[in-house]
Amino acid sequence: MTQVSQSFHSHIPTQTFDAVIVGAGHNGLVCAAYLAKAGKKVLVLEQRHILGGAAASDEVFPGFTFSVYSYVVSLFRPHIIRELELTRHGYRVIPLECTFTPFPDGESLTRCGDPQATRREIARFSPKDAEMAPRFSIAMTKMAGFIKHLIDAPAPDPASFKIGEIIKLLGLGRRFKDLDADDRYLFTKLMTMSATEFLDLWFESDRLKGPMSVSGIIGTFLGVRSPGTAYVLLHHYMGEIDGAFRSWGLSKGGTGGVSLACARAARSFGAEILTEAPVEQISIKNGRATGVVVKGGHEIKSKTVISAADTHQTFFKMVGEPHLDSEFVRLLKRFKYRGSSAKVNLAVDRLPDFSCKPGEGPHLRGDITIAPGVDYLEKAYDDAKYGEFSKKPFLDIVIPSLTDPSVAPPGKHVISIFVQYAPYHLKEGAAQWPQKREALGDTVIDTLSEYCPNLKDSILHRQVVTPWDLEQDVGLTEGNIFQGELSLEQLGPFRPAAGWSRYRTPINDLWLCGSCVHPGGGIMGAPGELAAKALLKS
Amino acid sequence: MCTSYRWTDWAGYYAVCSYNLPNDSEYYAIRHAAGLIDITPLFKYEVSGTDSAAFLSRIMARDIRKLDVGQAAYCCWCDDRGKIIDDGTVFRLDVNRFRVHSAEPVLAWFEQFKRGFTVTLEDITESIAAVAIQGPTSRDILKPLVDFELDSLAYYRLTAGKLAGMDALISRSGFTGDLGYEIWVENAVAPPLWDALMSAGKPYLLQPAGLDVLDIARIEAGLILNGVDFHNALYCLIESQKSTPFELGLGWTIDLDREAFSGQQALTDEQAGGSRNAWVGLALDWDEQEALYVKHGLPVQVSTAAWRGGVPVYEIKGSRQIGKATSGTWSPIVKKNLALASLEKAHAQPGTKVKIEYTVEYQRETVTAVVTPMPFYNPEHKKS
Repeated sequence: MTQVSQSFHSHIPTQTFDAVIVGAGHNGLVCAAYLAKAGKKVLVLEQRHILGGAAASDEVFPGFTFSVYSYVVSLFRPHIIRELELTRHGYRVIPLECTFTPFPDGESLTRCGDPQATRREIARFSPKDAEMAPRFSIAMTKMAGFIKHLIDAPAPDPASFKIGEIIKLLGLGRRFKDLDADDRYLFTKLMTMSATEFLDLWFESDRLKGPMSVSGIIGTFLGVRSPGTAYVLLHHYMGEIDGAFRSWGLSKGGTGGVSLACARAARSFGAEILTEAPVEQISIKNGRATGVVVKGGHEIKSKTVISAADTHQTFFKMVGEPHLDSEFVRLLKRFKYRGSSAKVNLAVDRLPDFSCKPGEGPHLRGDITIAPGVDYLEKAYDDAKYGEFSKKPFLDIVIPSLTDPSVAPPGKHVISIFVQYAPYHLKEGAAQWPQKREALGDTVIDTLSEYCPNLKDSILHRQVVTPWDLEQDVGLTEGNIFQGELSLEQLGPFRPAAGWSRYRTPINDLWLCGSCVHPGGGIMGAPGELAAKALLKS
Repeated sequence: MCTSYRWTDWAGYYAVCSYNLPNDSEYYAIRHAAGLIDITPLFKYEVSGTDSAAFLSRIMARDIRKLDVGQAAYCCWCDDRGKIIDDGTVFRLDVNRFRVHSAEPVLAWFEQFKRGFTVTLEDITESIAAVAIQGPTSRDILKPLVDFELDSLAYYRLTAGKLAGMDALISRSGFTGDLGYEIWVENAVAPPLWDALMSAGKPYLLQPAGLDVLDIARIEAGLILNGVDFHNALYCLIESQKSTPFELGLGWTIDLDREAFSGQQALTDEQAGGSRNAWVGLALDWDEQEALYVKHGLPVQVSTAAWRGGVPVYEIKGSRQIGKATSGTWSPIVKKNLALASLEKAHAQPGTKVKIEYTVEYQRETVTAVVTPMPFYNPEHKKS
């Protein structure tokens, strides 16, 4: 098989490209694949030695491969898998079996694919909630079906009077009209309410609302009681594997497996991918991007430059303010990043043993959430509001080595722990994160140990990734995992700035294709795809 | 006992599909002797309090206040738009005490109507076990076991009493369209109850019967099933998956002209304006079926189990789809292939001929079916 990527140092390109893509995250690679498939001469430049950006797998400790940053897949667009033939290139996603929530009092809640088992499990806390759960799923499926159309197309621009835009808006209006009246009201509520308020419309048990509400806050600097988080709940409900909503999965070999499949697809269509090639500058002449300058001063010429980096990196680091209008600068500076999450990755010599549900079982093969109630989550947010990481954080845990033997030696395991809140802006300043890193790691381990006392003794290696590290390592500004918060005012036509949601930028021939543009973050591939398609159309 | 090793999920319980392979003897036991069916997984609720009759009447399409003490009623309940949620039976145990049995859990739905009523709603699903003893010899089996005059227990009536010394609630009801009883006891006495019945039933050829033959019997009786013939409106993604009681042939259970109940306005409008669809029984033309097999050089075959999942039904002339058949079976007693179907009203008159999809040797064909009054099988001894 042709090598997927080469080091920039061993292969410095001299020719002019049709498109240079800055950043080999999954979106950059998807964009590259579409452009190369259309016959364009494409070069992808990645600053790191591995591909994938925040969707990367790395053998951090010998024998243990971590999905260092992002850790689950579900929003990846099915048509991209088909169009780029990603399964041929190694795209493998294993669905998670269930969601397991342990409680401090020795109780637990396991929600799985068996509707009757789940009903009985919820009924232990609230028989009414057990009956409402399928109704909630139906409602969310309807909402997700409506919103799905928005994800798979460029965002309609409500300020434009161009006929194409009006037709798009009318199409959206028609789909809205097709919802029945109750669902239209519900959608309005979904767009305005907090995750917990929205869940209150269905449920009474805090034990259910806690773990359900966290989908509304993942990656945002908002609490489960903050207005607007209900919509994010939906964003996470759109997870889709093989056409079934609300299913999340693990990528074989870690999330880097998805990126690698995209890279192989891009390569198969003729794109070149170079690693260890940090772009320092985007060359601009007469308001037009003409290429990039790689660290060390080497300039690569290109008819188009497409940045998969976020807007802060792209415009303030690689372009420079002098090339930009003041209004555009003002909009970009107001774009919120404020990363709020961290990752702790563990290599362990045995499985965690939860005191509320001892032993092995399907509950370990799914998503394990430490989110025992709404107050717990809101208190976790309280700490973050004032610049501290949560003393009792929300944790979202997966053990990929239970379903994917390739990521750990036999009998040993890797545990991925998503941690929220770990605010980028510490009250002592973000630069203090390196000094706080291990303290955060200890807090996470202490929190989880309350539920599985054998955890500490089982740890062979520990990696703590703070928002500061996310910024330093993969260039996610302020450590925001979505390249900018997924809050309502930063979505659709407002992502990343009003009037600039169509992948173009005020600099001619400079485009954006990362999660900072519509439809946003998550291992989805849609920004990369839509940017490539928009560029090819232009 | 379950020598077939075939079980299925019923509301989270393992329920026997058939005890034996083949299961013909279980079917014939129900029709000619008696079958014993474990119906414990049904959802069961106790409703009590001075307003319990009014409360249930607020929910149900049927006016529950009309029930006598000791009377049972088949009924359904709807959402505000008159779309069916579930069906089941209601027992009036006392003036202010009822039992509700349903296919799906109803607590969340029922509880929302509680305001203003002096009523207590208790989920007794897991504390009450139930068996159905169905078939012409069922009365003879039970008679010596009970401490009351069984002959005077009329169709859809119930009584509390002792059965082989155990406290039991006995109702003359069932899902087979045959003579039969359902026996409701505390969980703890379920095993001795089963043993007592099996032992007393032996001379009368009582057999345990599984859900597969119950499915055949209920289609012959023209009885519909939630999740198969209709879907709970609360769980439907689109309108066309929902149906109304009128469209399911349950108009006879609706008492429209009374105090408010859930779906009353919509059902009143539907009665005035007419329903779009009607519920019918279909009997398939045997000669046409046989011809399809002969065409492939095959002997004609009948399935030993009921089917569900749905097939399209077309106009007799042309290819326009006019409805769907939702379940069907070969009836060993009527000797016909039968189906339950929802058709456009214009095609629902008894005697109307339609075409139903029928697949032989992987080829989709159609055969003529005749709209037939239900129940397809209605023995005199059912109510005698």
